[in-house]
Amino acid sequence: MANAKRIRDKKKPFEYSKKWSLRSVFFLATLFLYVPIVVLIIFSFNNSRRGGNVIWKGFTTKYYGKAFNNDDLMLAFGNTLTIAVVATVVSVILGTCTAILLWRFRFPFKPLVEGLVSLPIVIPEICMGVSLALFFSAIGWLGNTSDIWPFNLINVTIAHITFCFPFAAMVIRARLHSFNREMEEAARDLGATEYQVFKDILIPHLKPGLVAGALLSFTLSLDDFIVTFFTSGPNTVTLPVKIYSMVRFSVTPEINAASTVVIALTLVLTVFALRFQSKDNTQLQ
Amino acid sequence: MCLVIEPLDSFRQKPVSFLAFGIPSIGWLLLFFMVPLGIIFFYSFGENVSLIAVKTTWTFDNYARIFEPEIMTLLWRTLWIALLATAICLIIGFPVALVIATASPSAKAWLLLLIMLPFWTNLLIRTYSLLNILGTRGRLNEMLGWIWMRANDFLVLIGAGDLSLLGEKFIPIKFLGTPGGVVLGIVYVSLPFAILPIYSALERMDTSYLEASMDLGAGQLQTFFKVLVPLAMPGVITAFILTFIPALGQFLTPDLLGRGQVDMIANVIQRQFKGANDWPFGSALSLMLLYVTFILLALRAFGDAARARREARH
Repeated sequence: MANAKRIRDKKKPFEYSKKWSLRSVFFLATLFLYVPIVVLIIFSFNNSRRGGNVIWKGFTTKYYGKAFNNDDLMLAFGNTLTIAVVATVVSVILGTCTAILLWRFRFPFKPLVEGLVSLPIVIPEICMGVSLALFFSAIGWLGNTSDIWPFNLINVTIAHITFCFPFAAMVIRARLHSFNREMEEAARDLGATEYQVFKDILIPHLKPGLVAGALLSFTLSLDDFIVTFFTSGPNTVTLPVKIYSMVRFSVTPEINAASTVVIALTLVLTVFALRFQSKDNTQLQ
Repeated sequence: MCLVIEPLDSFRQKPVSFLAFGIPSIGWLLLFFMVPLGIIFFYSFGENVSLIAVKTTWTFDNYARIFEPEIMTLLWRTLWIALLATAICLIIGFPVALVIATASPSAKAWLLLLIMLPFWTNLLIRTYSLLNILGTRGRLNEMLGWIWMRANDFLVLIGAGDLSLLGEKFIPIKFLGTPGGVVLGIVYVSLPFAILPIYSALERMDTSYLEASMDLGAGQLQTFFKVLVPLAMPGVITAFILTFIPALGQFLTPDLLGRGQVDMIANVIQRQFKGANDWPFGSALSLMLLYVTFILLALRAFGDAARARREARH
């Protein structure tokens, strides 16, 4: 009897997600993360010319029109998208090469190469920005204003590829682990060449990893400020760097409008990534 | 999980495909990553010979300048701001990660998304958004002013209005241009970095350990601190590294929220390249930051190895 009572009363560990104290921390943290962004979006509709844009002066959408008619801002936006697209394509290609190299081959100094590949992921961004800036200046590539668009973007694009593709490689490598080498052997037995195996078997298997790597590279490129700040010239700024110089000059609702456009773009990308992920049902860790 | 150890091809067996994959990837890293790092290494031992020319003379002057009082103050400030921000991130991040990790499977994905979404938003935009919140006439002071008013009304109501216990009127707190504002900014931008690793450690945790602890007579608090927290420790350490290293190198937060009055190392590095034009000193400072990163990563690798040895022995 006593024993049965003990079992019934046996204390269970807390169900932590149901504790109100922990839930309120979660709620407050979420509030902390979202309130500034929501306020920023609200103040993009603020009808104020000065005052540091902290006092609400009524509703207007005119700053969106102003932002879209600001040639410098639009050029920066165009630069951002161009750099992001090129950097994404190259990063996925280089990332695939890196992932296959490390997954497939045995070679001397392999641990060293593994370290080299993960190094750009861990080092502080400012070190990378500074070193690339000095590198481009040492070889005489200064992102010249005389170069014709989009060729003047090459410095910034190279810099973006350098910090994006190790991340792409990481994601693609995770996908490679689920590849069944027997498929490859079967194809080889049936007379496929090495290239055919790569093109018709390995790449189709990798596809979800490639898309995930591409989305990650694209987001990283869109998000970057520091490395671009150091490697861009006057005509090759991206949207974040342009917004930064506008903030330094004066805080206006126009900046909020431009920022809101970037936030919307990120949201669209996220929704796209989630839909893709749920459709494909792949786990990306 | 089943681990199939796949036989790796030797690079000698398939030299053509080895080179086809190896040359672009490793070549890119050597050319656009290692060579630039090599350049700052050489520059850090150099001297300015003209406005934009640096000659490597193997001088240690740039490193000696790090020990000047002004730079030591800067390094000390960078360190304590980064440490404080990281500590706050971990204290907030742990319960948040715990809620997500123990939520129902369907809720889990959404809660995780909720935390990760701001993390995907541009860093500059997130930092900029705090300007509106933290200003003297910003939203936070507005809210604090409102609370002050209500508290004062309450004091008047209970007849203590004449004592002016809360001061004559509400004085807005200055966040911008103060270390507090910078710490708050760093916490804001790096909180998701802290949550994610702790979450993934808690997620992998075997909950039967917690039940076993309770069965053996431990209380809720004891189970939490003696079982759950130690099990989550590897995740906490990763969270520390992932928050602390970027926090040390923060440029935007001290720049926009510190208003030039709360410089951290990255702001001084930036000034050596845009303005002061002292590339050798800027290179030496950048390398300092890099060495600190390496030391932290080495410590962690060392810790991991020690843990693995301990676990192997048991």
